[in-house]
Amino acid sequence: MTTVSEEYDWAAPLEPLKNLVSERALSGETMVLNMGPQHPSTHGVLRLVLELDGETVVNCIPDIGYLHTGIEKNMESKKYEGALVMTDRMDYLNNMGNNLVYCLAIEKLAELDVPLRAQYLRVIGAELTRLNSHLVWLGTHAMDIGAMSLFLYCFRERERILDMFEMISGQRMMTSYIRPGGVWRDITPDFLPTLRGFLDDFPRRIDEYETLLTNNPLWRDRTQGIGFISAEDAIALGCSGPTLRGSGVAWDIRKAIPYSAYDQFDFDVPVGRNGDVYDRYMVRVEELRQSLRILNQAVKNLPNGPFRSNNRKYVPPPRSELGHSMEAVIHHFKLWTEGFRPPKGEVYVRVESPRGELGCFLVSDGSPRPWRAHFRTPSFIHLSALPAMSQGYMIADLVGIIGSVDIVLGDSDR
Amino acid sequence: MPELDSVVNALKSAFPDAIEDVQVFRGDTTVIVSRERLLDICRYCRDTEGLEYDFLSDVAGVDYYPAEPRFGLAYSLYSMNRNASLRLKLMLPGEDPVVDSVTPVYPAANWQEREYLDLLGITFTGHPDPRRILLPDDWEGHPLRKDYPLGYETVQFSFNYDEIAKHKPLAQK
Repeated sequence: MTTVSEEYDWAAPLEPLKNLVSERALSGETMVLNMGPQHPSTHGVLRLVLELDGETVVNCIPDIGYLHTGIEKNMESKKYEGALVMTDRMDYLNNMGNNLVYCLAIEKLAELDVPLRAQYLRVIGAELTRLNSHLVWLGTHAMDIGAMSLFLYCFRERERILDMFEMISGQRMMTSYIRPGGVWRDITPDFLPTLRGFLDDFPRRIDEYETLLTNNPLWRDRTQGIGFISAEDAIALGCSGPTLRGSGVAWDIRKAIPYSAYDQFDFDVPVGRNGDVYDRYMVRVEELRQSLRILNQAVKNLPNGPFRSNNRKYVPPPRSELGHSMEAVIHHFKLWTEGFRPPKGEVYVRVESPRGELGCFLVSDGSPRPWRAHFRTPSFIHLSALPAMSQGYMIADLVGIIGSVDIVLGDSDR
Repeated sequence: MPELDSVVNALKSAFPDAIEDVQVFRGDTTVIVSRERLLDICRYCRDTEGLEYDFLSDVAGVDYYPAEPRFGLAYSLYSMNRNASLRLKLMLPGEDPVVDSVTPVYPAANWQEREYLDLLGITFTGHPDPRRILLPDDWEGHPLRKDYPLGYETVQFSFNYDEIAKHKPLAQK
């Protein structure tokens, strides 16, 4: 039998992939095919090298690196506060979550205290971003599988969340609202009524989404029993967040290692049973409702008090003090020209992002610039687990599997 | 933290010569281990009852240039059962940054080690897939090293257009 590589000399060399594809690929029995980076369901910057036996995926080799953010390298040359604005851009659907993990790392380094009101505002921000991220995920995931109208509904609700972001931070996506020691500024008086209106309205919308999908036979056919990953495999491969909980492991960092006043909130951790695409979908839809519960409690119990720490070595003084306090002017000037100097040390902080464990490893050498800021991003780890989830399924299922782990390619870059 | 003390003591008694230092900073315990025994220590941490660190959260590589040993690798381990974390850290010399891959114990390390192979130039022996991950295969240098310069591009305005266009012959075609 003539092999593909003998017959066509333009066949791409398989040498670099030799230990990743099966023997059958080398003899030309199975086909090696590129999916992406321009395929719509691979989000434009992910390439999957697939080894196919007919339509069955034998091997899947993800290839990232089509996005060149260079954020970790860039952060080393910026001051701590200046590097904060780059964290928004890492995972553009979880902007406040990224702010939060970076600020928590700085606060852990500097032993900076955060007032309770600021912690509640952070929770509101983080949960709104979770809603935002899950809505984009639900809309695009459903569209990948073929449900168009849901995409429009989800983006309609997302718009209202972006409006609220604009209300508290002046920005719709790159908010940079959470700052070391607290938040940028207090909420405006019209924010809470808007949020309450949204919270009253949104449960009905989730029911609408579920009416369209949850018991839809087409949806079930395309998602149930697809992309299976067992709890042991998921833990070994480092999966976290809804991907891990879909396999039945009730691990939520907000419960296990509470941060930022999450221990004062009452909510459940939704868990799946089967570890397939459908269960991951159900977990996320249930998380939407749990986020609403948290937000309702946060709105109800929002304490009064300062919205940022009064440690002047790290947090700028209020604008109103600059007019009459020389001390405030000095601190303000020093902070915006020199920055602050956290003590020498290394910390690792983890938070629960919409996608899973988001960690920040921050190294300070005592200078105003981070010596090293490393982010453990869930999309990166979940992409490395993608081959284990997709082997043996059809190429059409792969689209659903990629969607079900909820990757954001900005999050998987460095 | 008495629980972490017992973990550290267990590690110390199992690997008396491989534990170089134990640091506690802001409530995090970091155990500095020697690179020769890393794989054994990881396996011990995962399989021993009372430790059960079954989840590798993160591998963080740091370049301490110009200090020597130059590179640090911090492995953040987490135990699902015990809800406890531990950090293993090892130092690598700048001359030959080689360490065993922990992929046989924690498959999650696969891509994270490739990341440092790519960005810091650390070699992981026994890695199942030692390719670059973020940069093209023919890229020279390791950008996350401190002696790798941060490049920049002149911002193009109308007044400096000609100046910049001179450096971009391909764009003229």
